[in-house]
Order: sequence, then structure tokens, then C-alpha cells
Amino acid sequence: MMKKLWPHARPYGKWIAAGVACSALEAVFELLIPLVMSDIVDIGIAGADQGYILRKGGLMVAMAMVSLVLGLGAAAFSAVAGQGFGANLRRAEYDHIQEFAFSNIEKFSTASLVTRLTNDVNAMQMTLMMGMRLLVRAPVMLVSALVLSIRISLRLSSVFLAAMPLLLVAVALILTRVGPMFRSLQEKTDALNLVVQENLTGIRVVKSFVREEHEKEKFAARSRDLKNTSLRAYGLVVINMPVMMLIVYGTIIAVMWFGGQMVYAGTLEAGKLMTYFTYITQIMMSLMMVSMIFMMLSRSVACARRIVEVLEERPAITDEGAETDMDEEGRQVPAAVRDGSIDFEHVSFKYNDESPEWVLRDVSLHIPSGATVGILGGTGSAKTTLVSLIPRLYEAGEGTVKVGGRPVESYTVEHLRDAVSMVLQKNTLFSGTIRENLLWGNPNASEEELWAACRAACADEFLERMPDGLDTDLGQGGVNVSGGQKQRLCIARAILKQPKVLILDDSTSAVDTATDARIRAAFASGLKDATKLIIAQRVASVRDADMILVMDGGRIAAQGTHDELMEHCEIYRDVYESQQEGVSLGG
Amino acid sequence: MAENKRSMGPGGHGPGHGPRGGFQKPKDLRGTLGKLMAYLGRYRALLAAVVALLCVSSACTVGGSYLIKPLINDYILPGDFPGLARMLCLMAAVYILGAVCSFGYARIMVHVSQNAVARIREDLFDRMQRLPLKYFDAHTHGELMSRYTNDIETISEALNNSFGSVVSCTLNFAGTIAMMLVLSPALTLITFAVLGVMLLVVKTIGGRSRRYFAAQQKALGEVNGYIEEMIEGQKVIKVFNHESAAKEGFYARNEAYRQAASRAHAYAGAMMPAMGNLSYINYALSCCLGAMFAIHSGGAFRLGDLGAFLQYTRQVSQPVTQISQQMNTILSAVAGAERVFEVMEAQPETDEGKVTLVRAAEAEDGSVTRVHYDNNTWAWLKPDGTLVPLRGDVRFDHVVFGYNEDHVVLNDISLFAKPGQKIAFVGSTGAGKTTITSLINRFYEIQSGTITYDGIDVREIAKESLRRSLGVVLQDTHLFTGTVADNIRYGRLEATDEEVKAAAKLAGADAFIRHLPKGYDTVLSGDGGSLSQGERQLLNIARAACANPPVLILDEATSSIDTRTEKLIEQGMDRLMAGRTVFVIAHRLSTVRNARAIMVLEQGEIIERGDHDDLIRQHGRYYQLYTGQAELA
Repeated sequence: MMKKLWPHARPYGKWIAAGVACSALEAVFELLIPLVMSDIVDIGIAGADQGYILRKGGLMVAMAMVSLVLGLGAAAFSAVAGQGFGANLRRAEYDHIQEFAFSNIEKFSTASLVTRLTNDVNAMQMTLMMGMRLLVRAPVMLVSALVLSIRISLRLSSVFLAAMPLLLVAVALILTRVGPMFRSLQEKTDALNLVVQENLTGIRVVKSFVREEHEKEKFAARSRDLKNTSLRAYGLVVINMPVMMLIVYGTIIAVMWFGGQMVYAGTLEAGKLMTYFTYITQIMMSLMMVSMIFMMLSRSVACARRIVEVLEERPAITDEGAETDMDEEGRQVPAAVRDGSIDFEHVSFKYNDESPEWVLRDVSLHIPSGATVGILGGTGSAKTTLVSLIPRLYEAGEGTVKVGGRPVESYTVEHLRDAVSMVLQKNTLFSGTIRENLLWGNPNASEEELWAACRAACADEFLERMPDGLDTDLGQGGVNVSGGQKQRLCIARAILKQPKVLILDDSTSAVDTATDARIRAAFASGLKDATKLIIAQRVASVRDADMILVMDGGRIAAQGTHDELMEHCEIYRDVYESQQEGVSLGG
Repeated sequence: MAENKRSMGPGGHGPGHGPRGGFQKPKDLRGTLGKLMAYLGRYRALLAAVVALLCVSSACTVGGSYLIKPLINDYILPGDFPGLARMLCLMAAVYILGAVCSFGYARIMVHVSQNAVARIREDLFDRMQRLPLKYFDAHTHGELMSRYTNDIETISEALNNSFGSVVSCTLNFAGTIAMMLVLSPALTLITFAVLGVMLLVVKTIGGRSRRYFAAQQKALGEVNGYIEEMIEGQKVIKVFNHESAAKEGFYARNEAYRQAASRAHAYAGAMMPAMGNLSYINYALSCCLGAMFAIHSGGAFRLGDLGAFLQYTRQVSQPVTQISQQMNTILSAVAGAERVFEVMEAQPETDEGKVTLVRAAEAEDGSVTRVHYDNNTWAWLKPDGTLVPLRGDVRFDHVVFGYNEDHVVLNDISLFAKPGQKIAFVGSTGAGKTTITSLINRFYEIQSGTITYDGIDVREIAKESLRRSLGVVLQDTHLFTGTVADNIRYGRLEATDEEVKAAAKLAGADAFIRHLPKGYDTVLSGDGGSLSQGERQLLNIARAACANPPVLILDEATSSIDTRTEKLIEQGMDRLMAGRTVFVIAHRLSTVRNARAIMVLEQGEIIERGDHDDLIRQHGRYYQLYTGQAELA
């Protein structure tokens, strides 16, 4: 895990080194100050030497100043290094997610990815920052205090040497138990938050079915569970402090007993004994810090693991198979999509390698460039799956998908998706103006091109009514437009790409029938050369298509024109008739 | 350590909320503290014990150090070893007592705080359940989520540690100063001087930190918001090859946050070394001056006094730093508590309705009697004791409604649905179709006019009873974590497995459910993310079918179900709707064609009404919509 995280901290290696050095030196200085004090007592007071006392006093103040500067340095360096590491890590994770294929995103779920990018990274940067300052201090303090105390008196140090392992074992014992408890605490917290989250998103359902009491019971059960776990976890944590206090105080008393005798016997000076005293307090405080840091660390380990999981996830779709072409001047250029023809050759697909059944089974198909293809089929018949393979959103399990006569793998993802424009079923607009959103399709589009696309998508009518027109601010997630308007903007965005293949995945479901028809008419005249694939629920939407595919259970049940299908395909006739009932009466 | 807050559950959290900097000020400190104390009130006895234990433990800490003086002066220097042994035993006793007391106080505090926090949490959730939909419309989920994930967490932290810590630090501080004065008033003056400098440092560093942290919070909010939006829209980014632009936008915000955070933390981090080393300066000065005293006081101020005093100079600064840190935690906890109480105190759904729904039996002569067994017949029980059989007769009389006072969404709507009739609403997005149905179950309150249900004003019906009598299937499907069967059973918790299956069959969901890995026991998570939108809608219909209500509201209930599947489930839907009053909202006109009455809505008004044939004959808006399809089909 460290191996995976360290590269992101390495650019700040110097800062880390400087911070660690400052922290360590600061600790050493803090220990040297009491040593000077013992000189004041043993030499200054004993010899009644005022000049000596003042000189040493000045030295102590100077040392405190140096130590202050070191401390400030440690704070600044660790802040820079910690935040820098966090920024790098966040960036690496974010960049890596940009490489993800749809299947990778679905594996993690978007909510989880967001948490991994925000909270988990923040916890990591905090860990490095605090770790640099406090985690360094403690061992340095421990070792230097030991060295110094041995120099003062080897005999008295044996008390230290006996107490220290005891302290370490006690702390270790408690911490190893606390770690798993905090993990389970986190799980219980997640479980509780899940109830709240679902309650909030489904509040209309809860209220409609009068399930407030049921929800309260669900919540109360998780809340109790969380409370009991917290009681256990924190109950253990609070043992930590008194145990350490007892051990340290025990040491103080032992030092007093043995040291007192030595002072009387003249083998130890009184000032040195007082220094000893200060060291013990010092060590106790740094150890307490360590135990606090360890608690933080045990939480961060979980965060680190979750981040590494993302970093180690192999993008399911890469440009490895991309081929190059010769351009006219004989240079190697990435393969470009020649035309909008599409071929499926014995293609099968499933979303999950482990699932036994194929979602798409042995599909073969040829669509000539420029054709309009309608796709109909029941819920779960794999319509969306079929078209998702064309811009290589997913990788075919078996068989080959070809666009422009070449397998989709032979293009770079960028070239392929520039040529194949798809309007997703669940589409998103981003915060910013309508113009900014449309420019996603073509960053260089002129005002005329933007309006032309909006006209083709029948978005012009409502845009003209908006006071700011194209510069209307959408707010996050496009909240300021209705469902139908959003769909039309998404179509306009896709048209702006001037694609060779345009795929509409049920993209006009919230648009009324008349507008739907106008949009299709605009496609037929304005996007003549592009291959158009339209997934629809209404027969009316696909009736005029050059070819209609009827999907059923992951296969193409029938294909042909409207008239052919009416003659041969029972499913199609069924659908048609179910939607026609009113027409004869009304028409 | 208070800076390190990490407590996030699954799901999307709004960006940047939370007291990471710990520097939020409450608006009404006293009032909020009072409410918070009310939660601790029931633990009064335990809290008294805590204070007592804290006093003892502070006395032990402060007193323990004082023992150094006699230890050195009276026993070590003169060489009185039996006395030294006695003294050390006393010291050990004091220390043990102190440790036991501080353990006891911490243990009690954990108990008190975790129980109090659990109560606050549960109360918050209880109150939240009673809030009107208007409240949920006005507040984002992220905002409400953060009441649980951030605010309650901070309260827990503060109760666990900070309150006790502040009390014990204050006691320690006061005790230490008192003992220092006892040992040497003159030397204590140095300490006072240094403490003054310390307070100044706390004030300056604290003030600057606050500003830098506010800037950091803002930058963090931007990064998190950007991340959230981009990850949510990741699939669209892929389809548009927009990765590099998405990266650039991120880099800029990430860098801005890094700079703001580095500055904030470098500054805040200065606090500890500054305080620590000021304390050493105090130590050095006291040591110097103390040594002078030891030389010149002629035995009044001896080595033991100096030892004890120096120990106190090390102890005295710690509470200052601690208190200033803990106060921040406490302040942000109170600010958090304030937000929690705000939600708790928000105006709950009003419900003065007295009419309730009861089980009833109808005799052949039409008389109704109340029964206590399940026979699928219900009646309204009026406050005067009379029973009105539940029929499902819904009438709107000149209803006017707006989500806020000055913006009317529905204007002068009058309509009726007789028991068993199917009423459809047609119109473009935003015409007010969904709003009408939300008024029947009183999700929102109307501004004028009346809505009656079986002749009773809906405002007189207890909301619980009213909603129980209405089944709603919404366009936006929501499923809960749990098995498929659990989700269907949400409609009626006491439904048997057979009834659940029957409901699923009726909704046409049985077929796909049986294809799921574990059938009805398949666990759904993440709002049923593994199911297609159509499948989720089928489950939603099954849930309503399971509830078996006399009135059904279908709001685009089949919009994502393709027409072929819709045709397959048509029979089931017909059986589901048979004998019930049904309100249907649909885009697809074929779905509403057989409605008893179709209302065409435009900008909040009913512009046409009648059955299909009437409307076709009228050659109005409906005719246009309908033939728009007919011409093309």
C-alpha cells in the first residue's frame, strides 16, 4: 500500500525531510533545556554563582527560541507536504478515474468514488501532516531522553528501561483492540447513514405509504446498534489514559526512591534528579500523542486501502489495440473512422464475467453508412446494451463490432467516440450556461452552428423564450430546465459533434409526440450522411426508418422495414397494434 | 486533533459542509446550549458525579506535584529514608486516586454522551419524518445528510471529550496557579506575564487561522462540488471525450485548495510550538529567578520549592492551549447542534384531521358497522361516531395552489372522480399534472377551494388515514436496500409471501424477479441500481398493488416500460385498476385513451375535458396531440 501511495508524496520529499528534521531537532532541544536547568541547580545554586545562573538562564531562553523556530518550520513544512501530497493523490485518483470504462465506474458506484476522492484523500493528507509532526517527535523524544538519562546516571536509567517495555506493551495491547472496533464503528455509521439517505431520496414514497413509523423503527435499530458499538469502542479508549498515567507515575515514584538515596549518598546531584522528573513527564506526553495518532492511523489505513483500490483498478478499455494509418505524406497517424457503417459479427456480451447468462447473444448485423435504424424491444431485451458496444462503452465478450469497416478496438477511444455520438438514456447537463454545455459537442462551434443544432433538436423554441437565451445558467445538474427541455439540449449537444454515427437511446421519452416527429424530420434532412440509430418505445418514432430491429431477450428477433415486419414479425405487429388502437377512431 | 473529522457514510454528500476547520460560530449560543443541556438533564446525577471525580482528579494532579517540595526539602536532602518511603506511599496513593477518578469520569462521560447523542439522533429522525414535503423541496439531501454525518458527529466529539476537558483544564489551571502563589508569589508574576503573551498569541494566531480556514473551506467546497458533479456525469464525459477538459477544471480547483489549505494549516500548526516554547521560556525565567531566590532567601525558598514550582510552570500552559482548542470544538458543536435543532423545530406537517380510517362491514341494507378483522372493507370514522363507507369519490372545487404564495401553479381547478372511475391528466411538462395528484394526498396545502374525499374535506381526515387510502406510483422510482420481497411488502408490511407474489404477478414483475439470482430474496442496494428503469417501475407498481388501496394515483407509472411489456402487463393493470378510482398521468396517449374523463392541462388550468371521443370531436389541443401521433403512425 505504501508503495502505491509514496510516489504521490515523493515530489514533496524535501519538504517532508525538512519537516521531519525540524520536528526531531525541536524534540531534542526540548530535552536539552531541563539539562541546563540541572546545571543551574547543581552548580549555580550550590556555588551561589549568580553570573553562572544568568548565563545559563540566557542559554535556556535562546534554546527555547531556536526550538520555537524549529517548531514553526515543522508546522509549515508539514502543512505544505501534507496538503501537497493530498493534492497529488487526489489528482492521480481523479486522472485514473477519467481512464475508467463504464464497467469500472459501475463496479465502484459513483457515490463511492466521490467519497474516495474527497473524504478519504482528506484523511490521508491529515495523516501525513500530523504524522510528520507528532509521530516523529515521540520516538526521538523517547530515544534522546533515554540517552540523556543514561548519561546522567546509568543506575537510575534502569528504572526507565524497566518501565518502558511495560508502557509499550500496554499501549500496544489497547490499540490492537481499538483498531477493529473503530472499523466496525465506521460500518455501523455507514449503515445508519444509508437509512437516512434512502429516506431522504424516497421521502415521497415513505409519506405516500405512511411508513414513517416503519422508517423510525429501522433508524432506531441502527442507532442503537451504533450506540452500543460506540460505547464499547470509546469505553476501551478511555482505559488508555489512566493505564499510561499509572505506569508513568509508578516510574516517577521509583525514580524518587532510588534517586533520593543516590542524592543523599552524593552519587547524584539534586538538579539531575529534578531533570529526570521532567523527562518522565515529557515522555509520557509524547507517548500519549502516539497513541492518539495510532487511533487516527487505524482509521486512515481503511481510507488508504479504499484509495489504492481505485488506483489499482485496471481500466477495462484502453487504446492498446489502436492501429495507425499512413496519411498522404506517408506519416503514421491514428486510424480515423472512414464512414458510418456498422457491423456486428457474432457478438455476445455480459456485464459481469461471472454471470452464467449472456445479455446479448450471438448478434450479427450490418448497417450501411447513412442509414436510419430503429430499435424496438421489451424491457431488458438489451437494446441499450447493443448500441453501447458501438462507441465501445463496453467491450464485446465474444465476436467483433466494426465501425467504418474496422474493429472498434483498432481506433483510439478518442477517435472512435468523436465519430460516434450517443445520447444516453440517463443524461446529464453540467452546471454553467446552456452555451457551455452545448460547446461540449464542439468547442469551436459558431453562434450559427449552435442555433442550427438547437433548431434541429427543437430546443430553439424554449431557448428563445428564456431571457438570457443560450447564456441561461443551468445550475448544478441542469435543474432549471424541465425533463423534455433537458433531453432536447442533450440531443443538440450530440448533433454539434457532427458525428458519423448518432445514437439516441430513448432520448425523447419526455418530449411530446409532435416535437419528437419534428426532431426526426430534422435528422433526416440535416444529418443525411450520419448513420442514425434510434431506440424508441413508440412505433411512430421508427416507422420511417430504413431498417427496424426488433430485440427480444438479447437477440435480434427480426429486422426489416416497417412493411416487412408487419408481414412477418408477430412481436412487431403486437406492439404496433397496441399503439394504434386510438388512431382509427380518432384519425 | 479536533481538526481530524472523518465520518462519512455512503452516498453523495453535499460539498464542503462540516466544521473541518472547527471555526463556526453559533448564532444563539445560550439558547442552543440550553437545549443541549436538556438532553443531558436526565443524567444530572451522573454529571454531578463527573464533576466530583474531576475535582478529585485535578486535586490529585496538582497536589501530587506539590509533594515534590517536602520530598526534596524534608526527606531526600536530610536523608530521612523511612520518611521518604512513607511520603512516596502517600504520593502513590494520590496518583492512583487521580488515575482512578479520571478513568471513572471518562467512562461515565462516554456513557452519558453516547446515550444523549443517540437520543438526539433519533429525535432528529423522528422530527424529520414529520416535516412537510415543502421542507424537503427547499433543502438539498446533502444538506440534511450533513446534519447526521457532520453535525451530530461533532456534538458527539464535544460531549465525549471537550466538555470534560474544559472543566478539568480549568480546575487544573486554577489549582496550579493557586499552588504557585503558595510556593512563591514573586515567581508567579513571571508566569502571569508569560500567560499574558500566550493569550495574545492565541488571539492573533486564532484570528488569522479562522480567516485562512474560512478560505480553505470555500476552496474545499469547490473541489468537492466539482468532483461530485464530474463523477456523477462521468459517463457523459466519456461519450463526449471530454476527459481532458474535465481534468483541467479539476486541476485548477485542486491547486487552489492546496494553496489555501497549506496556508491555513501552516498557520494553525504554529499554535502548538508557539505555546510549547513560550512555556519553556517561562520555565527558563522561573528557573533563573528561582535559583536567585534559593541563594538569597536564606532557607525560605529551598531546592524542593524550586523543583515543585518548575513542575508547575510546565503544567500551567497546557490547559491554556487545551482550552483554546477545545473551545473551538465546543463552538462548532454548538453551531452543529443549532442546525440540528433548526431541523427539529421546523414547522411539521399540519394535521388537524379527526376523521380516521377503520375496518368496517357493510350490511345488505347499506348500514355500516365497525369490525376488527380484515375483510378488505373500510369506512371513515367521523369524530361524532358516524361511519361513512369508503368509496373513493374525489372532488376538487375551485382549487387554487402555488408552491409559494405569489406564484400560482394551479388556478381554479374543479373536477370530480366518482368511485371506480379512471381520470387522466394530459399536458406538457410543467403544466401541473403531478401537482394535482400531490394535493389529493395533501403533500401540499391548497391556498383556496376545497378537495373532498367521499364528501369529507380532506383537511378533516387524519393524514395517515388519508394516505393509507391512496396508492401512489411515482415516475421516479425509489427502492430501499433490502430484498425484492421487502420492497414490495413496503406497501403493506403484514403482507404474506403469497400476497407479495400475487402483487408482483399483477404488476407483471414476477417474470423478471424469478430470473434474478435469488428471486424474491435478491438483495437490492443502491436504489436498485442493478435493475433497469422499467424493472424498477414494475416493482413500484407491485408495491402499490400490495398496498391494495381504494384510490390509485399513477404518475407516469409506466413511462419507462416499453409498449410491448406494457401490453403484457395490461391485463394485470386492468385488474389492479378494476373497482378503484384511478388518477393517471401519462405521456403516452394510448395509455389514457380508455379513461372515463381526460383533463388536458396547460399552465395550471384545465383547458379541455371529456372522454376520448368527446375530445377528439372538440378538435382542440387533445385532438392535435393525438393526431400528431396519428399522422405519423
